[in-house]
Amino acid sequence: MIELEGVSYSYGGGDLLQGVELTLAPGSFHFLTGPSGAGKTTLLRLCYGALRPTAGRVTVFGRELSALDRDGVAQARRRIGVVHQDCQFLDHLPVAENVALPVAVSETGQTADPGNLSELLAWVGLGARADARPPELSGGERQRAALARAVIMSPEVILADEPTGNVDWEMSQRLLHLLIELNRLGKAVLIATHDLMLIRAAKSQVQARVLRIADRRLTAAGADL
Amino acid sequence: MRRLTGALTGDGQAARVVPPTGFTAWLTVFTAAAMAFLAVFALALSFSAGRLADRWGEALARTATLRIAAPEGQVAAQTEAALRILEQTPGVAATRALTDAERRALLAPWFGPDLPVERLPIPQLIEITEEGEGFDPQGLRLRLAAEVPAAVLDDHTRWRRPLVQAADRLRALGWAAIALIGGAMAAMVTLAAQAALAANAQVIQVLRLVGARDAYIARAFTRRFTLRALGGAALGAAAGTGAVAALPREGAEGFLTALGFAGVEWATPLAVPALAAVVAWAATRTAARRTLRGLD
Repeated sequence: MIELEGVSYSYGGGDLLQGVELTLAPGSFHFLTGPSGAGKTTLLRLCYGALRPTAGRVTVFGRELSALDRDGVAQARRRIGVVHQDCQFLDHLPVAENVALPVAVSETGQTADPGNLSELLAWVGLGARADARPPELSGGERQRAALARAVIMSPEVILADEPTGNVDWEMSQRLLHLLIELNRLGKAVLIATHDLMLIRAAKSQVQARVLRIADRRLTAAGADL
Repeated sequence: MRRLTGALTGDGQAARVVPPTGFTAWLTVFTAAAMAFLAVFALALSFSAGRLADRWGEALARTATLRIAAPEGQVAAQTEAALRILEQTPGVAATRALTDAERRALLAPWFGPDLPVERLPIPQLIEITEEGEGFDPQGLRLRLAAEVPAAVLDDHTRWRRPLVQAADRLRALGWAAIALIGGAMAAMVTLAAQAALAANAQVIQVLRLVGARDAYIARAFTRRFTLRALGGAALGAAAGTGAVAALPREGAEGFLTALGFAGVEWATPLAVPALAAVVAWAATRTAARRTLRGLD
C-alpha cells in the first residue's frame, strides 16, 4: 500500500532521515518510536505526501508519489486516515462536522450518515460533544475526535502521530482497541508513539512490528519491545 | 457560465469550510456596494450623454439659419428674395423669417428685454427646416451669392460637430468609467480573497489533510466571495438607482436635469450585481488557484 525505498529527507541543510526502507502492507501493524525530534512525524508526513523526499522513492497504492499531481495526492489521502499530532480542526465548525469533513470533501455528493456519525462519536466518547466547537474540547477529546475523523472514510491505511498522548489509560486502551479492530479488517496501521505501555499492550493483542528511528535511520527496535 | 452558476448554487458545505467572519467579508461587501453605486451613476451618465448626442445631432442636422445683413433700405427686399429662393430649393421643408419679438428674445440675455431692435442694425434671420436628405448647402450658397449678396447661410455644422462630439465622448467616458470600476472591483476582491486565503492557511492545511482537492478549496472561497460581491452589489445598485431616480427632473432639456434613465434603461442597473458577481468569481478563482499553487 505504502512503500518507502531508500528515502532521505533533508531540512535546513541537514539530513533528518537517511535511506529509510518501509513497507506498510495490508493488515500490517507498525509502531514507530524514537526520541523527540528524531523524525517520526516527518516520516509519517512523507507517507501521506505532505512532504516530498529529497532522495528515494515513496510509492502510495502502487503509484509513485512524485509522479502524482496535487489532485492525485488528494485522491491518495482519501484512502489514508491521519491522526495529526496537533489534531488540526476547523474551529468554526462543530465537532460532528469536523469528523464528517473527509466525507464532505470527497466530492462524491454523499454526506455522512447521521446514524453512523453518532455511533462513531459515541464510540470515541464524544456523543455528548457533537455540537461543541473544537476549541471547547480538552486535549484528549481533540485526539479522540481526530481519530474519529481519520477512520470515518474507512481508509486502507491509518497513520497516527501520538494518538494517545493526551488521553488517560482507559481511553488509550479504547483507542488502541479501535485501531486493532480496523487492522483486523485488513487496514495497515502505523502509530508513532513514545508510549511503551501502549506498545506492550498492543503486542499482546496483535502481531505488531516495532520500528525505531535513531541517528537518522529506521531500524527494528530491540527485543524488549 | 455553468461554473459560475455552479459556484452560486452548488455545494453549500464547501462554502461552510471557510470561516464566516473577518474583515475581508466586510471589505468585499462594502467594495461591491460602493462600486455598484458608482457603476449605476456611470451608466446613467453614459445613457444621458448618448441621448443628448442623438438629440443634438438630430435637431441641429435638420435646421439651418440664413442671416441677411443688408443696408437698412434693402433688408425687406433681400429677405423676400431669399425666401423665394429657399422655397424653390429641394430639401427645404419650411422657412420662416424671425419676427422682431423673436430676435429681441434671442438678444435679451445679453442686452436686456427692452432692446429697440427696429432701430439697431441687427441682421434679419430666417429659420430653415430641412426634409428628406436635406438641401445642398454649397449650391444654395452660390445661388444666394448671386441673387441675395447680403445673405450668409449657416447650416450649423461648425458648432454642431463639437457639441455632438463632446456628448459622444461623454458617453464613451461613461462606459470607460464602468470598465474602470469593474477593474477596481476585481483588484479589491482579489486583495480581499488573497488576504482571506492567507489568514486561513490553517483551514487549507486541514482540508488538504483530509483529502480535499485544490479545486474544492478554491470553490469554497470563490463561492463565499461571489455571494458577498453579489449581495453588496445588489445593495449598491439599489441605492444608486434610488439616487438617480431622486435627481430633479425640472427642465429636462438641460444636461444635468436630464441625467438619469429613460424607458427600458431603468432595467440596466439589474445587470450591475450580476456583472459584479462575474468579476468577483473570476478574481477570486484566479487568486485562489494562484495562492493554492504557492502553498505546500
